[in-house]
Amino acid sequence: MLTRMADDLRQAARGGMVVTMRVALLITCLVDVFEPAIGEATVDVLEAAGCEVTCPLGQTCCGQPAWNAGFAQDAARVARTTLTALESALDAGAEAVVAPAGSCTAMIRVFWPELFATVGDHAGVDRARAVGARTYELTEVLTGPLQDRLPPLHLAHSTRVAWHHSCHHLRELQAGQAPARLLGAIEGCERVSWDTERCCGFGGTFSFKLPETAEAMADEKLRSLAAADPPADFVASADSSCLLHLRGRATAIGAPIRTRHIAEVLAAALPTEGR
Amino acid sequence: MSGHHQLAGTTLRQRTATAVADPVLRSRVGRAVDRFAGHREVSLAALEDADGLRHAGRALKAEILADLPAVLEQLADEAQARGVHVCWADSAAEANDYVARIAGGGRVVKSKSMATEETGLNEALEAAGARVVETDLGEWIIQLAGETPSHIIAPALHHDRHSILDVFEQRAAAVGVEPEPEALNRFARSELRREFLAADVGITGVNFGVAESGSLVIVTNEGNGRLVSTLPRTHIAVMGMERVVRTWDEVDLFLTLLTRSATGQALTSYTNIISGPRRAGEADGPDELHLVILDNGRSDLLATEFHEMLACIRCGACLNVCPVYRQTGGHAYGWVYSGPMGAVLTPLLSSGQPEAAEVADASTLCGACMQACPVEIPLQDMLLSLRRRKSADAGRAERALWRAWSEAWSRRAGYEATTKAATWGRGMVKHGGRLPVLQRWAAGRSTPVPATERFRDRWRNRSDR
Repeated sequence: MLTRMADDLRQAARGGMVVTMRVALLITCLVDVFEPAIGEATVDVLEAAGCEVTCPLGQTCCGQPAWNAGFAQDAARVARTTLTALESALDAGAEAVVAPAGSCTAMIRVFWPELFATVGDHAGVDRARAVGARTYELTEVLTGPLQDRLPPLHLAHSTRVAWHHSCHHLRELQAGQAPARLLGAIEGCERVSWDTERCCGFGGTFSFKLPETAEAMADEKLRSLAAADPPADFVASADSSCLLHLRGRATAIGAPIRTRHIAEVLAAALPTEGR
Repeated sequence: MSGHHQLAGTTLRQRTATAVADPVLRSRVGRAVDRFAGHREVSLAALEDADGLRHAGRALKAEILADLPAVLEQLADEAQARGVHVCWADSAAEANDYVARIAGGGRVVKSKSMATEETGLNEALEAAGARVVETDLGEWIIQLAGETPSHIIAPALHHDRHSILDVFEQRAAAVGVEPEPEALNRFARSELRREFLAADVGITGVNFGVAESGSLVIVTNEGNGRLVSTLPRTHIAVMGMERVVRTWDEVDLFLTLLTRSATGQALTSYTNIISGPRRAGEADGPDELHLVILDNGRSDLLATEFHEMLACIRCGACLNVCPVYRQTGGHAYGWVYSGPMGAVLTPLLSSGQPEAAEVADASTLCGACMQACPVEIPLQDMLLSLRRRKSADAGRAERALWRAWSEAWSRRAGYEATTKAATWGRGMVKHGGRLPVLQRWAAGRSTPVPATERFRDRWRNRSDR
């Protein structure tokens, strides 16, 4: 996939195609380690929208796990490293930071200033605000600064998607409308009605501390998914953490489900895909 | 309160695990909160500008709390001018002692009051020789069953008509009653009517204390609040000190927010406004009216980052939308208050108990509570703050784990090395793992397995080309 992208990019460069935006990718630790294909799909989609994508490798994690667990000093320590990497990328010419995750985007834009204020790092607060102002979650950037930049989207087989609103995407970023617009623009893609808004039960450290409750929450989502009529081909979301949780639970109870990150859904619908 | 709270000697995980293992409980709770939340949505949507009212509610609460001592003084002065005896109770024990002195060994009827649940008043009164009967239907059911409230406005929400009939048969000698709502109500009404008529003392909570006129506002749907506050010779109202508002205009706003957010009603069936005991020539009302203004840790919150928690109007909307509460019900929180507001209040108001702090973990931080709160309390921020406070007391192992993590992941090399090791160790993870934390995860979920190659490796290979 990346080979194709690289070739396309060179072609585009030769053809003098205009770069719409220079993007620094915040890959997120989860996608980096567990779901690299989602990262590749994100790059595919951004490049299809005319972006020049870089991935600052000095980034590690946004610090959210420790922040949510109450360990602000440890969270700030890690967040500072990623902040510095993103800052450098922006200084080097990137116009925006884009992440394939509502949760990490919310951490940066909403919680980083609070985090640095909490640990008394006032310079960090200003730096976080500056980076946060230019940080977008993937569906936000595609319906915001990159609106209408994607080529016509089309799925070869008619597909029914159960959209899962991840909580930070929906409530902290208030980006709940963006996926509907993107999915609505894909020919052959239909949304099914189910328990779309309720939390899946992952909650980061929550699912380690109270695993039985996290599983009960996933079970209720899965029951709603099973009852969807017409049935969904897969669950899609802007956050791979929720999808990992739901998929892991579904597998464990012997009723596996398919999941797709929004980047994968969009990448599969790009014009060159599958031709 | 004949029930027993479970906080001491148990962990949050034990309590939640027990609760979610009960499918009957989960289905009852789910049905009930869906009904409440659905009614709330319809009822707020009928308002011209519900969000505007919420903003106004938050702002007014902030003003009142900023001036709380003076507003309370005014309430007390105005109430006293109307013949009300006022007791300032710093602690639960002070409140209970005062009420026990008045009630003595008499017959007491109560309408629903979370403040008295908090102080453990029923047990204190029973110890003093009084006979105490709860008259809110839900409260009466759980009193008979020896339980505590599982929801702040629907204390017997964990029951259904069949289990209620069981309680009535076993604990109230019900015979020949059908498990139908009308029949159960008829039985309760006939039993409780005798109690109302025989009672010496009536005890209620207070939804709003109105400073400008020294009045008490009590909302109920069963009318029991009116009977409790008018039939017995003595009425004692126990009010959490933050229940005070300044004016009737404020009552108008907060009553609108309260009833619509709680049950979706424009008004509850009964809105009692009590301004003093019975005066000469009046037909109804008690001879004596006492107002107990309860602090019990509240004023300690005023100067802290948690002061906005005192804006809570106890509507229960946050419980009804909480995805955790809907699985566990209220008892798993371990104390009087449950759901998101309980996860905040329990560590703050029962801080004498070491088990209280971890109740702040009973949230995925999904934010649904903040969205539903009629006075826009930043519940999620407070939960985060409580977790920070508790992390200072965390065990050495937990602190060491986070320290090791931040040590590694605050450097690119450390991140690269540990994540590389994870891809190498994927076989181990795949087959159950050796880390206890992963075993805990793996018990009910298939463990996510690291990819053979990280995104950054693929990215580097791509760039090298």
